[in-house]
Amino acid sequence: MLTKRIIPCLDIKNGRTVKGVNFVNLRDAGNPVELAKIYANQGADELVFLDISATEERRKTLQKLVLDVAAQVDIPFTVGGGIASIADVDRLLQAGADKVSINSAAVNRPELINELSSKFGNQCIVVAIDAKQVEGEWLVHLVGGKVPTKIKLFDWAKEVEKRGAGEILFTSMDNDGTKDGFANEALKKLSKIVNIPIIASGGAGNITHFKDAFIKGNADAALAASIFHFKEIGIPELKMSLKQQGINVRI
Amino acid sequence: MKTIIINYGAGNIQSIKFALQRLGVEAILSNKAAEIKCADNIIFPGVGEASSAMRMLKENGLDTIIPTLQQPVLGICLGMQLMCNASEEGNTQGLGIFDTEVVRFSQHVKVPQIGWNTIKNVKGTLFDGIRENEYMYLVHSFYAKKCSEMIAETEYDIPYASALQKNNFYGVQFHPEKSSKAGSKLLENFLKL
Repeated sequence: MLTKRIIPCLDIKNGRTVKGVNFVNLRDAGNPVELAKIYANQGADELVFLDISATEERRKTLQKLVLDVAAQVDIPFTVGGGIASIADVDRLLQAGADKVSINSAAVNRPELINELSSKFGNQCIVVAIDAKQVEGEWLVHLVGGKVPTKIKLFDWAKEVEKRGAGEILFTSMDNDGTKDGFANEALKKLSKIVNIPIIASGGAGNITHFKDAFIKGNADAALAASIFHFKEIGIPELKMSLKQQGINVRI
Repeated sequence: MKTIIINYGAGNIQSIKFALQRLGVEAILSNKAAEIKCADNIIFPGVGEASSAMRMLKENGLDTIIPTLQQPVLGICLGMQLMCNASEEGNTQGLGIFDTEVVRFSQHVKVPQIGWNTIKNVKGTLFDGIRENEYMYLVHSFYAKKCSEMIAETEYDIPYASALQKNNFYGVQFHPEKSSKAGSKLLENFLKL
């Protein structure tokens, strides 16, 4: 049976991890490759690297990072952040990334999803959607939730599937950073209206939150950052506990 | 030992190259028939759409070469699918090495299947030291139907062939290069064949 996936997310700036990490056995806490290896050994099912640097050098730095990760890590990983063209995606996949995630570029020009999936296959195109509720309606937001659009989350999800997205990474900006749990109702609805895997993101604070995302939210995977980086929850204990509660995970 | 990864424009070749490097093997990338024929073992990768991948194989003249190879050949993901008789994807005629068809998952499940699933009824030296029900990483929308050449099966929607073998030809639907220690073990077993 296909297992539910646990995905740590690493924010990257100029080739280094941004959020502080709290790993005693890590020689260089800012080195994303070292951190990635630790997560892989602990049983993470996948990794996401989100590049938030805004320098001229970003493309080269990110490509170098992808090469280093691909050389040393033996689980799949996705790269996102500022990806806007076929050439960007080609470079990252050539360097060894398994998937890329696109966000604003897809909202600005939805045809990009069609172009990418027909060139590279839909299995490697993740569309990241950030959304929050405005007067009871889930609306897509850009720039890390700062800029609202008029696009409705569920319409957009259907559209990206139709255009060839292989997976949706849904971040609820209402839940992100709260540690109050994932947006399970919205997740559940997403799973119902599209037939591609959904990765839940935003709100992880404890083990029950993951369980709820899988059971109440029907998510196929759950992503979190700080609770893993600050060792609030260890991946082995998380997966063991989920398994004991009847959720199919890889141990 | 000379290991060649067939480089015909379809696939995440870098990851396979790195996985072999972690096993101490420096693989050569090639699309040249003469060079491929001289290798000790050959990896046939593939990611993307079946009919365009087959077209690229033909452009390189590899569609006639691959079925005649005598060395161990390992098809991965789409590589394995192209070694079958035919694929529903793009109505593609395959290389006809494995006597089975490749069809799409039904709408009862999310497509593509993405993630870690178990392999069952594993057979043969390719799986030496790999336990029954081991997890492997899979990403695919089409699957090979069960057949007599099956050496591992996986269940998603229905049970299907996740590994195949006929003589010196091997094929795996999962990505050993991305399947952690078990995947690495499988590649090591392949290199020892």
